[in-house]
Amino acid sequence: MDSKQLEAFDSHVAGEGKVEPKDWMPDNYRQTLIRQISQHAHSEIIGMQPEGNWISRAPSLRRKMILLAKVQDEAGHGLYLYSAAETLGVSRGEMDQALLSGKAKYSSIFNYPTLTWADAVAIGWLVDGAAITNQIPLCRCSYGPYARAMVRVCKEEAFHQRQGFEGMMALAKGTSEQKAMAQGALDRWWWPSIAMFGPPDDDSPHSAQSMAWKIKRFSNDELRQKFIDMAVIQAQALGLEIPDPDLKLNEETGHWQTGPIDWDEFWAVVKGKGPCNRQRMTHRRKAHDEGAWVREAAMAFANKQQQKSEKAAA
Amino acid sequence: MSQDQTEQEWPLFEVFIRSKQGVSHVHAGSLHAADARMALENARDVYTRRNEGCSLWVVPSAAVTASSPEEKGAFFEPSESKIYRHPTFYDVPDDVECL
Ligand SMILES: [Fe+2]
Ligand SMILES: [Fe+2]
Repeated sequence: MDSKQLEAFDSHVAGEGKVEPKDWMPDNYRQTLIRQISQHAHSEIIGMQPEGNWISRAPSLRRKMILLAKVQDEAGHGLYLYSAAETLGVSRGEMDQALLSGKAKYSSIFNYPTLTWADAVAIGWLVDGAAITNQIPLCRCSYGPYARAMVRVCKEEAFHQRQGFEGMMALAKGTSEQKAMAQGALDRWWWPSIAMFGPPDDDSPHSAQSMAWKIKRFSNDELRQKFIDMAVIQAQALGLEIPDPDLKLNEETGHWQTGPIDWDEFWAVVKGKGPCNRQRMTHRRKAHDEGAWVREAAMAFANKQQQKSEKAAA
Repeated sequence: MSQDQTEQEWPLFEVFIRSKQGVSHVHAGSLHAADARMALENARDVYTRRNEGCSLWVVPSAAVTASSPEEKGAFFEPSESKIYRHPTFYDVPDDVECL
């Protein structure tokens, strides 16, 4: 690697310069982005499953339309992100294969089940809420195509979180059974949601380089804190209780402090031992395999049409 | 397991959206489709779910010819050195109107 080129790149990025697909970039920068963007895309795609589980059983036509639109958005997010990753030289097929073979990771939050309707709306409130916290700073990422995809995604996420909160509110203000259902979902999703920001800063080896390259703007712990401060107030508005006996407001910092996060559980789920890892992957592989004939038929038809029009032109 | 290794990957299309009458089409992103017709329909579903457009273009990515970033300096040099193409190059008295 040319050290002059590297120096120029580092100072360009340090000065908030943007990087576009054909520009020279260090191989590490490229690989880091391919990993991050494709993982992000996989998360959007796998993330359709826990909520998709409730589309046919949504409690009203209104909720069904909303949920359908939301899940469709998540498919769109996956596609924006795959196309951003492709600008770095990785093919869609390679990324698909990495997901299907289990080589690539996706956000481990989606390895938890949606046991009740309340879980489906709790995802909108908490998981999309956490995702927004993560994604807003990514709109300023140094890599242009990723930043632009994130702008589009963030615009759409606002509806996701609001519909989730509204759905939680309907339950929390409902009958005592409905309220209990909402509380149960919060109990199940709270800890996985705050673990979503990834390991604590002192156990997050790649963060410093990503910060220097302006891929990341805030550390995992900073983002987690932002989310916690927001979610605690929202839970209060819902009249629900955060399942953490140690939760308290730190008067000095003005931030809400939680009890210890169970990182052993987090790593176990990342490594495949979550309640739904197998189910999510099995479902994804099945959908991919069952769609193969459609992809092949569409391509065969397109090839034939092209041959026809070439013949007609000749 | 899947047969992606033998499957022919759908070609890539670049998507351009005109957000309303009176403005140009602007690049929005890309997507894979078997042919242009499917690319248009997929572009509608992927990039205009919230009335973002009133007209779409899809162009096979392979058909785009781009200038290269390495030659950026030399390629754009002819316009860079010609500062007399800008109105600020000229000295005119402040008190003459409509200049
Ligand atoms: Fe999303
Ligand atoms: Fe979302």
